[in-house]
Amino acid sequence: MSAAEEVVTEAPAVEAVPKRAMTLGLGTSLVVLAALVLAPLFVKNFIIFQMTMLLIYGLAVLALNILTGGSGQFSLGQSAFYAVGAYTSAILMEHVGMNYALTLPIAGVICFAFGFVFGQPALRLSGVYLALATFALAVAMPQLLKLGFFEHWTGGVQGLVVTKPDAPFGLPMGQDMWLYYFTLVITIGIYIASVNLLRSRSGRAFMAIRDNEIAASAMGVDVALYKTLAFGVSAGITGVAGGLGAIAVQFVAPDGYTITLAISLFLGMVVGGVGWLPGSIVGSAFIIFVPNIAEGISKGLSGAVFGVLLFLVIFLVPHGARQVAIVAQQLIGKLKK
Amino acid sequence: MELFTNQVLAGIATGAIYACMALAVVMIYQAIDHLNFAQGEMAMFSTFISWQLMQWGIPYWWAFLATLIISFGGGILIERLLFKPLAKAPVLTNVAGFIALFAIVNSVAGLIWDFTIKQYPSPFGSSPFLGSQLISTHQAGMIGVTLGLLIALYFFFQFTRIGLAMRAAASLPESARLVGINTSWMIALGWGMASAIGAIAGILIAPVVFLEPNMMGGVLIYGFAAAVLGGLTSPLGAVLGGFLVGVFENLAGTYIPGVGNELKLPIALALIITVLVVKPAGLLGRPIVKRV
Repeated sequence: MSAAEEVVTEAPAVEAVPKRAMTLGLGTSLVVLAALVLAPLFVKNFIIFQMTMLLIYGLAVLALNILTGGSGQFSLGQSAFYAVGAYTSAILMEHVGMNYALTLPIAGVICFAFGFVFGQPALRLSGVYLALATFALAVAMPQLLKLGFFEHWTGGVQGLVVTKPDAPFGLPMGQDMWLYYFTLVITIGIYIASVNLLRSRSGRAFMAIRDNEIAASAMGVDVALYKTLAFGVSAGITGVAGGLGAIAVQFVAPDGYTITLAISLFLGMVVGGVGWLPGSIVGSAFIIFVPNIAEGISKGLSGAVFGVLLFLVIFLVPHGARQVAIVAQQLIGKLKK
Repeated sequence: MELFTNQVLAGIATGAIYACMALAVVMIYQAIDHLNFAQGEMAMFSTFISWQLMQWGIPYWWAFLATLIISFGGGILIERLLFKPLAKAPVLTNVAGFIALFAIVNSVAGLIWDFTIKQYPSPFGSSPFLGSQLISTHQAGMIGVTLGLLIALYFFFQFTRIGLAMRAAASLPESARLVGINTSWMIALGWGMASAIGAIAGILIAPVVFLEPNMMGGVLIYGFAAAVLGGLTSPLGAVLGGFLVGVFENLAGTYIPGVGNELKLPIALALIITVLVVKPAGLLGRPIVKRV
């Protein structure tokens, strides 16, 4: 590469992922699905709750993955959208008395609009600047939620308590288990929709923008529209995750949605592999369980363990879980021969 | 009127800290084109080192000097060990790296020195400055140190060979390498200097916010706001941005009804976004031009 060339071509923010490599094969998918469906039958309630949270964070990581892996923009502000979704659900359930299941699409739509609007200024930003703007959004969100002006609705610093729903139609299962299956169905639905979105015309437009914005616009892709659309879709899914999170945790408060959450989601995506959708669950497991385990080893150590593991991931498997999966596949292929 | 002057002066004093942080952010940004999200934590760690040295009975200014040297070395070490291998990696990987560094430094500081709040001495004292009620000697000292730092950096970049080489390495790495500049070491040097400048910021602000592992959280964000406002490519802009953000934050807190202390931070952040949207290069930065 000549010197001049290196100066003028800017490296993309995200490495390209081949389209086929975005999902698991059918067989593997079915095995994972079966494991997810059957697992709660054999474990305690607390573990079911943790699995529910795993799915919920997985959904939020998936949403970020669509934005970053799909359209190449990245966000350190997902916690803001998550918070809006959570508060929407909580307020609708507690103040309006709406059914919990109905609040989720509303949370999704409101967050979609919010993300779409935020995507407008974000259009002019890229790379580091976008990271900074979204970072600012995430930092500001807890303060905004504490405002006295909204206190009647949001409960201010105290937050809101949300009632956990019972299983409907007299189904013989506990609240935790019902919520797990409810979350699982929504997660699978959104996962399938996301895979299809990325394989559709819009998804190809996202990826064209990710790989080379100028070339994409030269080919007739409406860059502005698709960039904001990616933001909107990502925010919408994060909002649904936030709503589910509020129902599962039974509580919303401003301090639950700090920058730490946004960073966790971002790290979940990196660990899972950017642009590899099944990696979202792996990343989600990383951000839920690693801090707990580290805290178990030594109190106050969790940040250090988290950081060191993250560096190991970046250096050893820069493509995250996707890379591990590919290596595993090749090994299995060799064993079969 | 007195309230106004008071607020402006206090704003300039805190602005000096933001200016220091912004300078550190700009130093690294110049060298490697990334925002260092761990800058604040690095500064906090340096401040703890100086505190520890003083606890061991070393006088203030010796501890100060030793901390600058340790921070400089630490910055270079971090670059060599962690970020040099990531130089060719995508932006995203780098951001993850900075966040990892943030988590490690914060946690380790907590482990070594725990999370209790500690007093930190000021070399300037806290009596009123020159008999005036408006500003304390510490605040005046903060402003003085920042301006001194800016002038020193100006002379360094303008009139020394190494400064020139660093500027060359930052603006045209390939060409700089062809004329025999060791660009890789210039980047490390940028890290070292940023780390030392951050240490100064930390030491200056510690008497105001007290010493604890999370002390730089808010400061870093204002530092980012300042750097962005002034332009990420201009050290002078960073300092100007720092003072502007400090004054703006104080005046907004005082005069805009309903803002108060709670909303100061969101206001600063709204400022970042507005500047980025209206003038992405910042006040004194050079615009980025892309060629197809």
